[in-house]
Amino acid sequence: MITVDHLTKYYGHIKAVDDISFHIKDGEILGFLGPNGAGKSTTLRIITSYLMPTSGNIYINDMNILDDSLDIRKNIGYLPENNPLYSEMNVYDFLKFSASIRGIEGEAFEKRLKEVIELCGLYGVIHNQIGKLSKGYRQRTGLAQSIFHNPEILILDEPTAGLDPNQIVEIRSLIKQLGKEKTVIISSHILQEIQATADRMVIINKGKIAADGTIDDLMSGFKGCTRLHLEIEGADSFDALKEIHENVNLVQVEPKKNSTSIVLEYPNTLDLRKDVFQLIVKKGWTLLEMNRYQTSLEDLFRILTMEEGGEV
Amino acid sequence: MKAVRLIYKKEMNAYFNGAVAYITLIIFLLINGWFFTSSFFLVGLSDLRILFDSVSMVYIFFIPAITMGAISRENHSGTMEFLATLPIQEFHIVLGKFFSAVALIGIGLFFTLPHFITLLIVGTSPDISAIITGYVGLLLVGAMYASIGIFGSAVSNNQITSFLISFLIIFALYLFDKILIFVPSFLSGILQYLSTGYHFSNLSRGVIDSRNLVYLLSVIVFFLTLSVRVLQIRKWR
Repeated sequence: MITVDHLTKYYGHIKAVDDISFHIKDGEILGFLGPNGAGKSTTLRIITSYLMPTSGNIYINDMNILDDSLDIRKNIGYLPENNPLYSEMNVYDFLKFSASIRGIEGEAFEKRLKEVIELCGLYGVIHNQIGKLSKGYRQRTGLAQSIFHNPEILILDEPTAGLDPNQIVEIRSLIKQLGKEKTVIISSHILQEIQATADRMVIINKGKIAADGTIDDLMSGFKGCTRLHLEIEGADSFDALKEIHENVNLVQVEPKKNSTSIVLEYPNTLDLRKDVFQLIVKKGWTLLEMNRYQTSLEDLFRILTMEEGGEV
Repeated sequence: MKAVRLIYKKEMNAYFNGAVAYITLIIFLLINGWFFTSSFFLVGLSDLRILFDSVSMVYIFFIPAITMGAISRENHSGTMEFLATLPIQEFHIVLGKFFSAVALIGIGLFFTLPHFITLLIVGTSPDISAIITGYVGLLLVGAMYASIGIFGSAVSNNQITSFLISFLIIFALYLFDKILIFVPSFLSGILQYLSTGYHFSNLSRGVIDSRNLVYLLSVIVFFLTLSVRVLQIRKWR
C-alpha cells in the first residue's frame, strides 16, 4: 500500500504540488493523468526519492521516504520521463551496471537477463550501443532496467512518449502484463494511455487532485450531455422538437439546399432518439441522418484540467 | 563500497569509450614533454623538478577538463535521475567519480615515465626516492584538484561553467604563494599555507612533511564533502 499524505513541493516560489493525498492499493495499476506541468512528474520523483517534499510524506508499507529512502528505492523500479540512458554504453553493460548496484550479479544476473530480454523484446540489440538504438528500443531498455530487480512497485513516467502506434500497443500490453503482479503507477498527459492500462486514475491539475476513481466512477458522477445531430427534409418549423422533453435545447438549426441540419442537446440521463424519430414520422418529415455524441472522458478530462476547481 | 567501485568502473569506461580521455591525455603529455625536453638538457640537473613544475601548471587546465562533465553531464542529460533513484547514497556517486578522475590523472603521470627513464639513462646518480616522492606529491595534488573539479561539476549543469569554477579555485590556490609580496604580512602566512605550490615544493624535493599531507587531504575531504552536500541539497530545492 502506498499512501501519499498531504504532499507539497515548492520549486523556489512556485508550488508544483499542492497538498495532495491519495492511496494506491497493492497490485493496482494507477493512472496518473494531467496536462503538462500539472505536477505528475514531481510527485513521482518524490515517491522515488529523487526529490524530497517541502511538506507531507509518502508511506510505502511500513516505511516513509523521509526516513527510509534507501530501502524504499530497493523496492521501486522507475522509468523517468524522457528515459535518460547512458548513450555511450551498450544495453548489456547498462543492465549489468544497474543490476550490480542492486546486488544482482553472476548467475542470477544472466538468468534474469534472459527473462527480461524476452519480456521487453530486446532480442538482437543487447550488445548494441544505446545511443544508436531506435526510440522504441531505448524505451524497452529503460523499461528493462526498471523491472530487472523484480520490484514490488513500478513507476513509469510517460512510458510511451514519442513511440509509434505499434510500439505504443506493445508497451501498453507489457505494462498490463507487469501489472498482474506489481503495483504500477503510470503517468501520462494522454487520456487514452491511462484508459488502456489503468484500473484507476488520479487526475491532477495545477498541483492539486482534480479527480480520483475508476473510469466508471468518474463518468457516472459526471453530469454530461448528449448531442443529437439530425438532418431533416421537408420541415418548416422545428419547435415541436423542443416539446419532446423539458430539458431539450435546440442548439443549432442550419438550413441547407434541400434539408436542414439540427443539433439537439439534452442530459446524458435521457435517451430521446426514439421520441425524436417518432415525432419525425408523425410530422411526415424525412430523416436523412441521425448521430448521437455523448460527452466523453476526454470532455471530462478537458473540463477538469481547464477549469480550476472543476467538480466531478 | 561496491557501489563506489561500480560507479568508478562506469566512469572509466565512459572516459575511454569517448574521445575526451585520449585527447586530454595526449595534450597533457605533449605539453609536459615539450616543457621537459626543451629545458632538461639546458639546465643539466639530474632530477625531474622541471617536469614536476610543468605538470603542476598543466594540471590547472587538465584536471578541470577531465572533471567538468563528471556530475554536470549527468544533471544535464537527466541520467542523474536514474543514478540518484538507485539504492545508493550521494557519497557513493561522488567517490566513484573522484577515484576515476584520480585514476585518469595517474594514467597521465604513468605516461611521463619515459622522462624518468631518460633521466636514469643520461643523468648522474639521480635521487630516486626524491623522484618517487615527487610523483606521489603530484598524484596527491592531482587528487586535490580533482576534488575541486568534482565540486565544480556538482554545482552547475553546464560543463563550461563547471570548468570555469574549478579552474578559478585551482588557479587561485596555485597563485597564492606567487603573490605573497603584494599582500599584507598578516595575510601572507595564511595565503602561503593555502597555496598548493608551498606544499608541493616540499614533496617535489623529496621531503614528506605531515603538514603538507594534512593540507592536501583536508582540501580533498572538504571539497568532496561539499560535493556530497550539493547533491543532497538538490533534492530539497
